Amino acid sequence: MVVKVYGPAYASPKRVLVCLVEKEIEFETVPVDLIAGENLTPDYLKLQPFGSLPVIQDGDYTLFESRAIIRYYAEKYKSQGTDLLGKTLEEQGLVNQWLEVEAHNYHPPLYTLVLHTMFSGHMGVVRNEQVIKESEEKIGKVLDVYEDRLSKSKYLAGDFFSLADLSHLPFTNYLVGPVGKGYMIKERKHVSAWWDDISSRPSWLKVLEICK
Amino acid sequence: MATSVTVYGPPLSTAVSRVLVCLLEKDVPFQLVPVSMAKMEHKKPDFIKMQPFGQVPAFQDDDITLFESRAICRYIAEKYPTQGTAGLYGTNPLVKASIDQWLEAESQSFNPPSSVLTFQLVFAPRMKLKQDEALIKLNEGKLVKVLDVYENRLGSSRYLAGDEFSLADLSHLPNTQFLVDKTDRAELFTSRKNVSRWWSEISTRPAWKKVVEMQNA
Repeated sequence: MVVKVYGPAYASPKRVLVCLVEKEIEFETVPVDLIAGENLTPDYLKLQPFGSLPVIQDGDYTLFESRAIIRYYAEKYKSQGTDLLGKTLEEQGLVNQWLEVEAHNYHPPLYTLVLHTMFSGHMGVVRNEQVIKESEEKIGKVLDVYEDRLSKSKYLAGDFFSLADLSHLPFTNYLVGPVGKGYMIKERKHVSAWWDDISSRPSWLKVLEICK
Repeated sequence: MATSVTVYGPPLSTAVSRVLVCLLEKDVPFQLVPVSMAKMEHKKPDFIKMQPFGQVPAFQDDDITLFESRAICRYIAEKYPTQGTAGLYGTNPLVKASIDQWLEAESQSFNPPSSVLTFQLVFAPRMKLKQDEALIKLNEGKLVKVLDVYENRLGSSRYLAGDEFSLADLSHLPNTQFLVDKTDRAELFTSRKNVSRWWSEISTRPAWKKVVEMQNA
């Protein structure tokens, strides 16, 4: 019985996929078409009542929210593949801290930017230049804090790649790609080195390959 | 002995109160160092050293300085698993995953609209700022959708993640307290039978009542 991950075409499910690859856990993917509203069908809402992506099924077990899913698998398979959690309570505390930073400070303005630049005309979004400008400013301020942090620490939580870094992969991939704002990363020396490092990990390259 | 636990921030801050209620639930003694946001103390160099985004709370014990209230709560629950309310972060991996799932749902779906409403309806008037009616309407609509999901979930589960009170429920206390107690939007919660039952149970827990006292002091 392999883990089923719903919605591989989109960014949040990729958070789960790259984690599963790092942990050497087998999985299969189930497509969900957001534009066609497949996330709002009664069958999907039974699995994920908010209509968001992803959701996973592991035998009889269902779990949603990508950051909850990656915590679960990182802990369940702690001794397999890459250790993404840290060895001590304190290291785990820092991993959770920077994962929360990604969730609350980095993700919201980046998600807004992605909606307005990539999904305008769908899901009720109409491109708004003022919103795009403000989102870029907010992301810039967060990246300035990252620049300082990463000048003192190889990865966000310490000297080891963790869930906190991993969580940034899918939407930052949009930022440097289709959103066309790669300069935000490149202009910041330490953020740029960190991004080059984490985005060239074999696990991430594999996920991009699978989801082509 | 956890006598060196310090929380920095004003108790009225929703994120600060999230950490305070967690410490109280786990019977962890702490000291609270006030930070005046009116005087911009959270943007001063000494505070930024602890919390580089200039946000409250910051947390220190003998072993670590941490920020982000939900990360702090997880750390406290894992460091003191058998003390105070034992099941706060689950006693087995599947329960823990369910708690993380609903904690993330709170974080991603409940927190954004309820925070906007709390600011617009409670803090903006106090700060003599003009309320944004369109923003209030938009976020009320979003919150209603989330509460409908909760209403359904709490019809078949006593607490969000299962049979026991957990970090997932706890994380909802700060914003909901403001909306139910200090605005005319209480009926968003009280008109929904299961949500109302759940709110009554979690908001009357001694630890939360103590935090509300601290906020009203």
